[in-house]
Amino acid sequence: MPYTMSFTEDATPTMTATKLSVDHVNMTFTRDGKTTPVLEDINLEVREGEFICLLGPSGCGKSTLLNTMAGFLQPTSGAIRIDGEPVTGPDARRIFVFQERGVFPWLTVEGNIGFGLAKLPRDERARRITHYIKMVGLEGFEQSYPNELSGGMKQRLEVARALAVNPDMLFLDEPFGALDSITRLVMRGELLRIWEAERKTIIFVTHDIDEAVQLADRVVVLNSRPASIQQIVEIDIPHPRNLSDPRYLELRDGIFQQIGLAHKV
Amino acid sequence: MNALATPKKWEQYFWPLLACALFLALWHYAVLWSHTRIFPSPREVERGMVELIHQHVLWGDIADSLRRVAIGFGAAVLLGVPIGLTLGWYPAADQVVNPTMQLLRPISPIAWIPVSIILFGVGDDAAIFLIFLGAYFPIVVACINGVSNVPAMYRRAGRNFGLTPAELLRKVIFPAALPQILIGLRIALGIAWLVVVAAEMIAVDSGLGYLIIDSRNSGKRYDLVVAAMLLIGVIGLILDLAFRRLERIKSVRWGFRNAS
Repeated sequence: MPYTMSFTEDATPTMTATKLSVDHVNMTFTRDGKTTPVLEDINLEVREGEFICLLGPSGCGKSTLLNTMAGFLQPTSGAIRIDGEPVTGPDARRIFVFQERGVFPWLTVEGNIGFGLAKLPRDERARRITHYIKMVGLEGFEQSYPNELSGGMKQRLEVARALAVNPDMLFLDEPFGALDSITRLVMRGELLRIWEAERKTIIFVTHDIDEAVQLADRVVVLNSRPASIQQIVEIDIPHPRNLSDPRYLELRDGIFQQIGLAHKV
Repeated sequence: MNALATPKKWEQYFWPLLACALFLALWHYAVLWSHTRIFPSPREVERGMVELIHQHVLWGDIADSLRRVAIGFGAAVLLGVPIGLTLGWYPAADQVVNPTMQLLRPISPIAWIPVSIILFGVGDDAAIFLIFLGAYFPIVVACINGVSNVPAMYRRAGRNFGLTPAELLRKVIFPAALPQILIGLRIALGIAWLVVVAAEMIAVDSGLGYLIIDSRNSGKRYDLVVAAMLLIGVIGLILDLAFRRLERIKSVRWGFRNAS
């Protein structure tokens, strides 16, 4: 192999506590009497505060994996644990962020961010709303409705709504997929800024190799149908990452090769 | 006119008014050339309208018709919305009730007239019952569709934030379905206005429907018949326009075309 990569086939984290563990997870879908395997023997340990990208081609099952981690789907076999407890369903401590289509169009920016805060006292609620509106740069749009916002603003709104309930994990399912390439770059920077400030554990699904290498601490490369872990690549470049850094290019090209793409157009 | 170009201000009014004027002209000359003695010309209808307005019964008739619609439509909303939301929320219950409802739905409220007279006697209640029937089914169907068309993403986001099923229904499902529900209510209101006229011809002795039938029976006053018809059209239009203003409320506007 021409590239030197730090492989961690069976990562045994030592620095911090394990946040999420996926243990021999298998998943099959049954439709019209036909069973299709979707996930095959997935094993993964995620450390507290880590940024993980699940990378794979469209339709490979990476969203299914993310949905089982978030508790929206139950694996056919195997176990998913967060903080040592088995995941049985969705939980307000772990928020799933869709593409910007998940914001509620009938609520204002304020209403959306305050959505998960109904149980808080009024002043605490207002304080948090103000804080997160500022964090995602939506000042001046407090009373706007989502259809008055651009795609990037809606995406930031959805991230703010998720952060406002102070979750300890975020699941992001191709969150920037619907944005234009310039907004997407800006949003990656914003997400990293927020992640560095709040240190949530983030699981980020993408099919974009560059995006994965720019963001993640580790990139989990998935095989297609059924999804199984092909390799886990540690991205040992500190943030902010220089996109023409030789190490960056080396890691990126390594993943391109791994996936079996000729890196030429 | 180019369909893509926004019409100029004067064009917005000019062309519709021209169409209306052409319609009146066509009517006028059709009456003139056919030498009909029975059907009134626009001028005669105008005089009939003035006569009606000077009679105090007209305002009473309008008020009676509107009151019946308000009660019948209101009852259909109060009963139909909760039932529709429930059936949309529990697809299993919908599957049980749906065939029966689909069977009853195509029956015109007019066909119910004999039944409603047996049930309620000749009078207000029978007319209101017919309006209720006409409005009820479109409301229920709109609510069922509204709820079942709520994107799964909204439900999941609601569950993710730890909402109880009751909170989910109130804070996510209902607001998400509201634009479709409003469309259903608007259709139902239009039907209620259609039905009230028919109901008043049979069951009661006041209201715009009664005015029509009474004008014909007492001296073949077809000028008054047509005047009352036009009045029904105008009031129906006003009701519809008034209802459409609800679509501009900000928390539902996203669900309508031309939303900005």
